[in-house]
Amino acid sequence: MSKLDGKLAAAKDLFLKKYETFESGLNGSYNAPFNETRKSALNAFSNVGLPSNRLEDWKYTNISPLLKHDYKLSATARNLTADDLSKFLFEGLENNLMVFVNGRFNKSLSNYTVAEAGVVVDNLRHQVDSGSDVVKDHLSRHAGFEEEGFVALNTAFAHDGVFVSVPDNTEVAEPIHVLYISDSADGEFFAAPRNLIVAGKNSKVAVVESYHALRGSDHAYLNNVVTEIVAEENANVEHIKIQDEDRQAYHICRSQSHIKRDSKVTQINIDMGGRLVRNDLNMEMSDQNCEAELIGLYMGTGRQHIDNHTFIDHAMPHCLSTELYKGILGGKAQGVFNGKVMVRQDAQKTNAYQTNQALLLTDDAVINSKPELEIYADDVKCSHGATVGQLDEEALFYLRSRGIPRDKAHSLLQYAFASDVLGYIGLDNVREQLEARVVERFHTL
Amino acid sequence: MLTIKNLQASIEDNQILKGLNLEIKPGEVHAIMGPNGSGKSTLANVLAGREEYEVDGGEVLFDGEDLLDMGPEDRAREGLFLAFQYPVEIPGVSNANFLKHAVNEIREHRGLEKLDAMDFLTMVKDRLKLVEMDQKFLHRSVNEGFSGGEKKRNEIFQLAVLEPKLAIMDETDSGLDIDALKIVANGINKLRGEDRSFLVITHYQRLLNYIVPDYVHVLVDGQIVESGDKSLALELEKNGYDAILERI
Repeated sequence: MSKLDGKLAAAKDLFLKKYETFESGLNGSYNAPFNETRKSALNAFSNVGLPSNRLEDWKYTNISPLLKHDYKLSATARNLTADDLSKFLFEGLENNLMVFVNGRFNKSLSNYTVAEAGVVVDNLRHQVDSGSDVVKDHLSRHAGFEEEGFVALNTAFAHDGVFVSVPDNTEVAEPIHVLYISDSADGEFFAAPRNLIVAGKNSKVAVVESYHALRGSDHAYLNNVVTEIVAEENANVEHIKIQDEDRQAYHICRSQSHIKRDSKVTQINIDMGGRLVRNDLNMEMSDQNCEAELIGLYMGTGRQHIDNHTFIDHAMPHCLSTELYKGILGGKAQGVFNGKVMVRQDAQKTNAYQTNQALLLTDDAVINSKPELEIYADDVKCSHGATVGQLDEEALFYLRSRGIPRDKAHSLLQYAFASDVLGYIGLDNVREQLEARVVERFHTL
Repeated sequence: MLTIKNLQASIEDNQILKGLNLEIKPGEVHAIMGPNGSGKSTLANVLAGREEYEVDGGEVLFDGEDLLDMGPEDRAREGLFLAFQYPVEIPGVSNANFLKHAVNEIREHRGLEKLDAMDFLTMVKDRLKLVEMDQKFLHRSVNEGFSGGEKKRNEIFQLAVLEPKLAIMDETDSGLDIDALKIVANGINKLRGEDRSFLVITHYQRLLNYIVPDYVHVLVDGQIVESGDKSLALELEKNGYDAILERI
């Protein structure tokens, strides 16, 4: 047994031991049918454990820094007021807000009024407890946990998260902002946010999910997130995830989209923070004429490690997938991009395009880039391209020779590199505010 | 305005400038001509602050300040402008956004208020006319996909917007057809003024038919070997550089 194996086994045992305490803390939720799923997931977790970098999918990401902490299952957060949240909010979305603090729903800080009839925006736990049919039909039906240690861990310990259900033929006019705040001032903690977004036939909805830490979060914490997205026939879902965690945070996220006939899911993933970050973003196109967009921007510096794995499964004909991932890495940051596209035998007339570009600002920054195309159909259009580069010195000199100082010239060029990613955000308001935050982040790289 | 004393510079251990002297007063237009490899572009690049060039000796004073001590952005803010021989393409940065940053950096340095979006637009639209450029160029990425002539016009447009004290034109005429050359020269002539000097670097006399210089200098092997008025350029055109080389 290697040193890492020993640590993985110890961490697994620690979580298994904590389950009993966790289960007794569920109180009223104890008898919910979802508890059977929790137990299966715990069982799966006990079998597969946490991933070692000997697994092909974890080759470039060694999770050992994450293992050395004694996470509490619940951590007390400081009392928050609306003012504490203000810098994390999006202007115009303040009234469509669901707030979770250290994985717990905070009703008093949330402010959501549903404009459209039949739309349910709630905390998942409440929906589980009240026996919702949507929960029965979809929760843990899409993100399989049998082979996936972190998904199993999340499913067993899932405490709360956002629940969005949009009925057929309904367009939700305002985007929903789900704000996850972490405060580790009290100690190391573990949270398992669990989100479920179900868009009915001919419906449309946009969800912005953002992860932030309060200043003074001096202890490490682990956010182990799972989000399931279902787009029924002819639905349109835009999901934007902004990960701006503390530099001591571990953020492991799986998102699983199930895309049905004629529907479209756009997933935009912006990574700015975190010590060790891993996103697994999976899109399953289960019927004809679906569209998937997987768009991402990651920025890292210091010793940040940011790993994005995407998987697009073309199972049926006439579907389109577009993937664009860009990274800017400074300091000794490490990035990983692994984009897998599967075109199965029946998926004729598939169009699948993947682009992945990284900008390395220092000699010590590293990117491991691995596009993977597996094609079993013969009438398809697929392309992929990966580039790694540095800032153009000629362009830098040109900008400086016009009076623009070096650091501003750097951010202008970084912005130029990243701007097409942000261009995919359909919500003008969110895009503009996010652009400003991204440009601000450039100065720190 | 600009005083160059015994300037020596090299690139990759090759000495190019070997003791160059030049004095430019406010409002004057100086032309520097010379054969290929004589050091014309090196002079332009050293003055603009390109870091690949090593200054081995001599000094350059710009309005009394030590120019060689300043970074490229500080030289620009003090009022130096280099029109590039090969303008750089910058995909993803619009001309408008780029110039707005540049204008406001320079204005801030001069103690002027930053221009807001409206004032900036009014100003740049006015300056575009000077080089007969369409407004659509504002929204295109800097030089990206521009023709050779458009790139050179874009340089003159930037000059017009940034209003420098000294503009160095590095082979601005190279690669231009006669119509484009006239537009570029016409733009420069309109920008001439009592407080603005030009250093026009060129290989050909042709440009000087349109931009009439006050002084012409001949640069050979890193030194100015002869100076005169505009008639010197005509003589060069007629007899070539060889005649001068024989004379010295």
